[in-house]
Amino acid sequence: MKVEASSSGHNMQPLLKAENLVKRYAKRRLADAREELLALNAVSFSIFPGTTLAVVGESGSGKSTLAGCLACLESPTTGSIWYEEKDLVKLGERARRQVRPQLQLIFQDPASSLNPRWKVLEILVEPLILQRNFNREEMNQRANSLLERVGLSPDIVKRPPTELSGGQRQRLAIARALALEPKLLILDEALSALDCSVQAQIANLLMELQSSLGMTYVFITHDLAMAAYLADEIVVMDGGCIVEQGPPEKILKVPQHETTRQLLAAVPRIIRPALPAVEQ
Amino acid sequence: MRYLLRRIGHAFFLLAGVSLLAFLFTALAPGTYLDEMRLNPQIAPETVAALRAQYGLDKPLPVRYASWLNSVIHGEMGFSFAYNSPVVPLLLARARNTLLLTITATLLAWAIALPLGVWSAERLGQLPDRLLSWGTAALLVIPDLALALGLLLFAVKSGWFPSGGMASLGFETLSPLQKLRDLAWHMVLPVTALVLSSLPLLVRHVRAAVADVLNAPFLLAAVGHGIQRRTLLYRYALPAAANPLISLFGFSIGVLLSGSLLVEVVMSWPGLGPLLLEAILARDLYVVVGGILFSTLFLVGGNLLADLLLYWADPRIHTESSAR
Amino acid sequence: MRTRRTFAKWLVVLGALHGIVVCAGFFAPYDPVEQDRKSPYLPPMRLHLMDAHGHLHARPFAYSLRLREASFDQYEEDTTELHPVKFFLSGARYRMLGFLPCRTHFFGAENTRICLLGTDAYGRDQFSRFLFGGQVSLLAGLLGAGLTLFLGLCLGAVAGYYGGWRDSVLMRFAELFLALPWLYLLFALRAFLPLAVGPLEAFFLIIAVIGAVGWARPARLVRGVVLSAKERDFVRAARGFGASNGYLLRRHILPETSSVLLTQAAILIPQYVLAEMTLSFLGLGVPEPVPSWGNLLSSLQQYSVLVSYWWMYLPALIMVPFFLGYLGLASSLQERGEAYKMEKSSLGSLI
Repeated sequence: MKVEASSSGHNMQPLLKAENLVKRYAKRRLADAREELLALNAVSFSIFPGTTLAVVGESGSGKSTLAGCLACLESPTTGSIWYEEKDLVKLGERARRQVRPQLQLIFQDPASSLNPRWKVLEILVEPLILQRNFNREEMNQRANSLLERVGLSPDIVKRPPTELSGGQRQRLAIARALALEPKLLILDEALSALDCSVQAQIANLLMELQSSLGMTYVFITHDLAMAAYLADEIVVMDGGCIVEQGPPEKILKVPQHETTRQLLAAVPRIIRPALPAVEQ
Repeated sequence: MRYLLRRIGHAFFLLAGVSLLAFLFTALAPGTYLDEMRLNPQIAPETVAALRAQYGLDKPLPVRYASWLNSVIHGEMGFSFAYNSPVVPLLLARARNTLLLTITATLLAWAIALPLGVWSAERLGQLPDRLLSWGTAALLVIPDLALALGLLLFAVKSGWFPSGGMASLGFETLSPLQKLRDLAWHMVLPVTALVLSSLPLLVRHVRAAVADVLNAPFLLAAVGHGIQRRTLLYRYALPAAANPLISLFGFSIGVLLSGSLLVEVVMSWPGLGPLLLEAILARDLYVVVGGILFSTLFLVGGNLLADLLLYWADPRIHTESSAR
Repeated sequence: MRTRRTFAKWLVVLGALHGIVVCAGFFAPYDPVEQDRKSPYLPPMRLHLMDAHGHLHARPFAYSLRLREASFDQYEEDTTELHPVKFFLSGARYRMLGFLPCRTHFFGAENTRICLLGTDAYGRDQFSRFLFGGQVSLLAGLLGAGLTLFLGLCLGAVAGYYGGWRDSVLMRFAELFLALPWLYLLFALRAFLPLAVGPLEAFFLIIAVIGAVGWARPARLVRGVVLSAKERDFVRAARGFGASNGYLLRRHILPETSSVLLTQAAILIPQYVLAEMTLSFLGLGVPEPVPSWGNLLSSLQQYSVLVSYWWMYLPALIMVPFFLGYLGLASSLQERGEAYKMEKSSLGSLI
């Protein structure tokens, strides 16, 4: 259930606030000419608890870099990320390790985000082992409850992830991410690798988790239609910059930027009647 | 061009590093050449001390290395205690003997391996190919030592070939033609040993490289154009399989000096190998360093040659580097 | 899968061969250092089923050898007495697996020595020396390969995981080591350490030298695996749960190196056995009287032995099955690797 966005702004504090994030990559080639890639260019936004922020853009627009920075796995070159009154960028490695469990990342390819040599049970309890000491009993219990929550049957625990379908793997990834009760879930193209029908199922699962657990999502995608379906606020990126920002109705009705219009045009016509009419 | 210069500079640094390493090894080893003499009660300690000073063995390590480097720049590599002669002519003479063996063996091995590998790749999986695979496997599992000794045994038992050495007695008195025959006769066994030990791997690699290429679509298209089989193989397939083969060739060049040590020792061939072994045992410092450096020169040179050939032969490397 | 069965088959073959060598005390009829100065350079003893009178016997037997008249090294069979081959008989003491005192031997005969491969200059049974020598040479190969792979794993993992200056320094060093001719380096290193040491010290010295020289290639291979493994999503996910570097290496990254290490082991072990043989052959390895495969062959350096006592070469032939086993193992591993990935075997891994 989407939270109604009031045009007068939110009276809650943002859960996470990104300020002027810049990320430069130095690329070296054989001829020693240094080329620099600007993956993020002064990106700023806020995320409010219990809501979904969608970041939409083509590949190479900087979305995945953003995901890594928000999950505290990478550092921007300059800028700040405010979370619980701390600037994540300035934290030392040890403090970051403390924060990371609260900002979980779900990857695009479920096959590569789960270690194929491990079994489902080991994969599920890995975060628990890393963060706290549970005994065997408790871990099995938690594993079962997590599986239940995402709609998986508990008798897959002995299987390797290679025996599961794409949708099941992604559910497993979500279950694993939930194990440490994170405040924020970052979904980096998490639905893109799935079949259409499965995408719908997982999207509904995510909505349901949001309403029951009060989860906050950052949903990164190139699919504007899916973003409109899930998000309370959409941010459009191109070439590392935010080119447009706003609630879904506004973005879809009155797209300001060329990129947004292109993304909108990419949406299949079958779905478009379901969206509010676009005014040229 | 810049690529070339960088590779050469790189090779140079490598050689410098190796020379330092070799020097350190040898100089830090317990015992010097003069230890034997020191133990001999008939030689006065003053003589030993004088010899030490003369050979500069009493100077500290960095000084010795510096003066050795200095002499290398001037084309010398120090002095051999055991042979009482400068190192370079000694190394050159022995290296010449070694190269005689290894160049012959390498040319022969490649001359056999290329057609054999191509022939085998054509008939991949069929009986002749499988027989050849087993044959190469059989050769591969016989240790080099066993191979060399076996050939020696064969020589002695059959009497057809000499049991070692490079020249027969009375070599000096022979006419030039007879000298050549004598040399060739002495070379047969060592060359055979070298060829037999390097052939299996060579054949396998050629076969693998050509087999890969034979699957390529462009070759199928050439067949469709009606090009003759032999042309197909040697003018289309082989050049395309060149990359791994060039690296292999560079490796063959690289081991020209160092790959025949065992065969030379077993068959008493007066090459670089036995010299190095003697020098190591006698702690003849400069011969060891010079010898190691010499063979490393070939190794590094072989790699460099392979890199340069690849650069020249593979158009893909060209376009990548020029696209910057 | 066919390749998995092939691998298992070769493993069994190798295991059996190594098993025989491990139980050398049992399978060898005599003590390897036991001398018999009265029977130097005995030719291989032949086993017969039919005796000189044309009678067939159920049990194989041997004739003892005696010196031919007017000769000091030619032997002939003494057909007056039959010595049947007995199995599981009691003989010289030995320690099974190094600690269990035993006296049972697999085969032998009473009143005469059955020397299947003949004897050497001191009358020592070559077959027994081959089996015990195998212990030394094979163990040296195994331990040396273990050392090299350990070094390669540690250094390759550090270079690949941490990158930066550590990677540059280590890879420069690796290049240096790869540029040096391996055999020369081995000899130089061995010879520059004290030469006249006891057998045990010499053994460990050789292992240390052989193991330390070859670290560069495995290190490079491990580095490659670690570089690609650390970018995998499940590693990033584990970092997201707060995993430390040590945890990631231990639980996720290093297990990925297992196939590379296994293949390298199958290639390196025979190389290192050969290295020990070469060192011992030239007198730089395990000293007498301890047997090693290299020692066994070193008498062949003398012309007289080549001419008159050709059977001293036989050990070189019967060690071939071991190398065949390792070759089979390495081939099946490389095929398995190709079945999973479409990688070609590189030049480096075969040489």
